Amino acid sequence: MITATAETAENYLTHEYGVKSWLLTQDHKRIALLYLASISFFFFLGGIFATVIRLELLTPPGDLVSSQTYNKLFTLHGVIMVFLFLIPSIPATLGNFLVPLMIGAKDLAFPKLNLLSWYLLMAGGILVLYAMLIGGVDTGWTFYVPFSTSYANTYVILTAVGIFIIGFSSILTGLNFIVTIHRMRAPGLTWFRLPLFIWAIYATSLIQVLGTPVLAVTLLLVAAERGLHLGIFDPALGGDPVLFQHLFWFYSHPAVYIMVLPGMGVISELVSVFSRKKVFGYKFVAFSSVAIAVLGFLVWGHHMFVSSQSVYASMVFSLLSFLVAVPSAIKVFNWTATLYKGSISYDTPMLYAFGFIGLFTIGGLTGTFLATLGFDVHVTDTYFVVAHFHYIMVGGTLMAYLGGMHYWWPKMTGRMYPEGWAKLSALVVFLGFNLTFFPQFIMGYLGMPRRYHAYPEEFQVYHVLSTAGASVLAVGYLIPAFYFIWSLRYGQIAPANPWNATGLEWQTTSPPPPENFEITPVVTYEAYDYTILEEMTVG
Amino acid sequence: MNPQFQLLPEQASTTAVHVDHLSIYLMVVAMFFSTLIFALIFVFAIKYRRRSEHERTTEITRALPLEITWTVVPFLLMMVMFGWGASVFFEMSRPPDDAMNIYVVGKQWMWKTQHLEGQREINELHVPLGRPVRLTMTSEDVIHSFYMPAFRVKFDVLPGRYTTAWFNPTKPGKYHLFCAEYCGTLHSGMIGWIYVMEPAEYERWLAGGTGAESLASNGQKLFEYLACANCHRTDKPGRCPNLTGLFGTPVTLTTGQKVMADESYIRESILHPGAKIVAGYQDIMPTFQGLVSEEDLLQLIEYIKSLSKQPSMAAPTLGALPPGLQKRGTTAGPAPRAQQKKNP
Repeated sequence: MITATAETAENYLTHEYGVKSWLLTQDHKRIALLYLASISFFFFLGGIFATVIRLELLTPPGDLVSSQTYNKLFTLHGVIMVFLFLIPSIPATLGNFLVPLMIGAKDLAFPKLNLLSWYLLMAGGILVLYAMLIGGVDTGWTFYVPFSTSYANTYVILTAVGIFIIGFSSILTGLNFIVTIHRMRAPGLTWFRLPLFIWAIYATSLIQVLGTPVLAVTLLLVAAERGLHLGIFDPALGGDPVLFQHLFWFYSHPAVYIMVLPGMGVISELVSVFSRKKVFGYKFVAFSSVAIAVLGFLVWGHHMFVSSQSVYASMVFSLLSFLVAVPSAIKVFNWTATLYKGSISYDTPMLYAFGFIGLFTIGGLTGTFLATLGFDVHVTDTYFVVAHFHYIMVGGTLMAYLGGMHYWWPKMTGRMYPEGWAKLSALVVFLGFNLTFFPQFIMGYLGMPRRYHAYPEEFQVYHVLSTAGASVLAVGYLIPAFYFIWSLRYGQIAPANPWNATGLEWQTTSPPPPENFEITPVVTYEAYDYTILEEMTVG
Repeated sequence: MNPQFQLLPEQASTTAVHVDHLSIYLMVVAMFFSTLIFALIFVFAIKYRRRSEHERTTEITRALPLEITWTVVPFLLMMVMFGWGASVFFEMSRPPDDAMNIYVVGKQWMWKTQHLEGQREINELHVPLGRPVRLTMTSEDVIHSFYMPAFRVKFDVLPGRYTTAWFNPTKPGKYHLFCAEYCGTLHSGMIGWIYVMEPAEYERWLAGGTGAESLASNGQKLFEYLACANCHRTDKPGRCPNLTGLFGTPVTLTTGQKVMADESYIRESILHPGAKIVAGYQDIMPTFQGLVSEEDLLQLIEYIKSLSKQPSMAAPTLGALPPGLQKRGTTAGPAPRAQQKKNP
């Protein structure tokens, strides 16, 4: 089944040229690259906001920007990073590119819908950017009421409409993946032969389809109260502000899993390939993704332990939050066990995988701290929470995304990235990340509240460390941006299967032809079966 | 405050001790698992590094016992976290009966606190050492959160309802008060100080005020000014329920439902009188929304509380009532009984 001929003339990048061939493409691989370009832009934009935030916090008084500007900066950093980068990141780029390739299909089930999803993301993104340019929004990405509906003097409705539209992009992408994974698997590719990345994307898609409509409704209600003065959330109009928090977190907690589950899927692939072993406990890892998706819907109240929800409700949410930690722990243990007696190489993607497991472990463990009621009261809304979710979102998802980008870069572009630079940047990212966010755990336990423009002097030492780390981290992110672009032209030509991986995506050329496979593959073996690969190479 | 290097926050309340003990357990569990994972990754990565390009690996069979172990052990350790955390939380959410009451009103961007004796403070709160303090809190505008890191106590302050938090300070000193829920432009300026004072010093502080009248006494004036007593009579049956002895007792509504006459009930009855009608009465009371501020409401509530036989009301921290209340009590007023009770 190996048809690796590096000299294939026609591939998805070269069979058509021109702007139109990109903007009207229905090829999932090209759409993935459209997403890649857009979310990279949003990532660097969100990163610029983060940089200004960290610079402001270098000194205790608010001296670099005004309070209002600071509030807009952290709001836009959150909105852009969550809705325009993290949520689309792995599913819309790597997922879009890989789901059909990994299951031996020609494309997603609904190619036109896929293109529409990208346009929706862009439309929503442009609205958010437009709102930013004409004055921005200062409600925090959480849009808590009644501040957002009755008090904020910024462009709340415009931003909310932008996110509303982005939500549909997310829903349609999820829908497309679900149908594709159900209906378009290659002959012989049974559910338990699927790569674990597919399981993770499948679980993610379920959350996207089921959760995102709740966010859409919630944002519409915010707009209705703000624009039409309907009393929904503001007590002055007869509403209930805690109702908003229930609705918001009913989506936004599962959204955390939309962000991190695909990352877990990437890590399962990387750990297997670079230790040349089948993932330990395949079924446990596969089902833990589904368990996380299901249990993730039952824990939203852990964001509201001090919000005046009933004590007993808090206890139930606390208990359920511990349950959702179990499948995450299972994954970490299984990845670690996969390394045992493996043949471990230190290629860049594997360095990111190591980084992910370490940082996700810290993020996950501090998550259990936050699920512990008596502890959460003290640290909720402090930098402890900020540190925790950055360990999950940046230490977890972003590390996985970068690891995945390096791993599949040869497949996507047909070129290798420069290994030395890549290893260096992986190290810089890891060190910079920890220096940025570890001090925030201590600062949070000391009582430093989040979203503070100015702060008491005793916290300064930790803020200085954090800002220093952020500068290192920024360098760590800029290096790959340069060498990835450099490699498009000067990188070594990539072979079809540079890592000796077993996935179907490696059995077609790099980059793949427009229709992915010349002959539809037939699968007769389980995922990560490296002995089969040897036999095939020999044969 | 010296900007000195700190690793751990000041521990200045009974709750802080309990939270810190819980934190130690959490830290130990976290250190154990993170060290375990890091060490395993490190050792495996070195020991099983790829030595040749054509290395073959063997699969490990008998995975189930391992899977069960690393599912069950973390689960049990987490159930300890749950139980311990829940018990600390339960204690946090149940103020002791003998706690002294202090009212907090948050607004963009300041904290207003009121002592029962009438002292009002802005962005400051003076409390005596070693005595539980119960905060009854509300907001005039958006959601705020009253956070005292040295006490490990935080609770959201919402518009349109009362929330409570409590603490028992164990160390005299000056501690941070923060707003922890983002509330707009000057959120980071919505900060203040908690002063924990020796009890005698605290009494001197209370007495050294500007001769403010007690909350209940101000509430009584408001009660008269708003002509509440025209219907809510205490001397004979009126058109509206008699409020004497009401607070803290169950009230039967026209629907047959019973509700507790607490702060929220009284607040609602003043602002939305039609929401809950007491059995045997009619929906004739007009709303006072817009006529009374959040602070007025607290004073009215405190007055209505003073009409009942709450033990915490019978024992104010100061022996003598402010002169204003004494004078009022002699001239007129719908509640001579309560005042006699308060006046030793």
